[in-house]
Amino acid sequence: MEHNIREEASAVVIAFEGDVDLESSRQAREVLLECVGRKRALLVDLSQVTYIDSSGVAALVESFQSARKGGTTFALAAVSDATMRVLQLARLDKVFTIFDSVEDGLAEAG
Amino acid sequence: MTVAAEDEALLQLRVPARADSLKEIRGAVGKTAAHCGCGAEAVRDAVIGVDEACQNIIRHAYGEKLDGDIIVEIRCDGADMVVDLRDFADRVDPEKIKPRDLNDIKPGGLGTHFMREVMDSVEYLVPARGRGNLLRMVKRIS
Repeated sequence: MEHNIREEASAVVIAFEGDVDLESSRQAREVLLECVGRKRALLVDLSQVTYIDSSGVAALVESFQSARKGGTTFALAAVSDATMRVLQLARLDKVFTIFDSVEDGLAEAG
Repeated sequence: MTVAAEDEALLQLRVPARADSLKEIRGAVGKTAAHCGCGAEAVRDAVIGVDEACQNIIRHAYGEKLDGDIIVEIRCDGADMVVDLRDFADRVDPEKIKPRDLNDIKPGGLGTHFMREVMDSVEYLVPARGRGNLLRMVKRIS
């Protein structure tokens, strides 16, 4: 798994690439929580995620809860069908704010 | 619990019970499920179910022990794809393996729920020989 963090005017965007699974979810959790700690709106770009498992979902949930506790917004963007299937299984598709694209998420955050 | 019978397998894969084995397992399961005749959604779901089950073996059955193996066996049985996951950890009590309440939004505890959602049956068996655990999951070939 690779990740890229960039600061946009309206939000921090973190993009993951590859598999977010038991092997990489600890790293995903660490970078997500580091981004939440920046106290800005956070947009998670999942467009290049090829597989996510329950441990990856757990990293998203923990970060979402940490952001909410800190009063900042947390949203997902560009979720693939495979990733959406896993979010639906966890019934999190109705819990997370999900944008069709990063552009849509940034426009909303702005 | 039922004692499992042995049968010829389309896939037999023995890997170390470590997180870095999961990608290989997912790839092998996906190819075998497609070979069995599963459609794209059934393939995707079978991969999710096996991945989550293997995670449970790695994290909970073996726990801190890093020298165990997992054997993944898949065979077609009529309209069903049968997946057997064998480990050699201490015996696990199936009564203690329960999915959590999804209305309680918190990190973790989703794997068992995923397995039961995506597979048509999940059954904990006693291996025919030796120690360990045998998990049998069935996915209907769509």
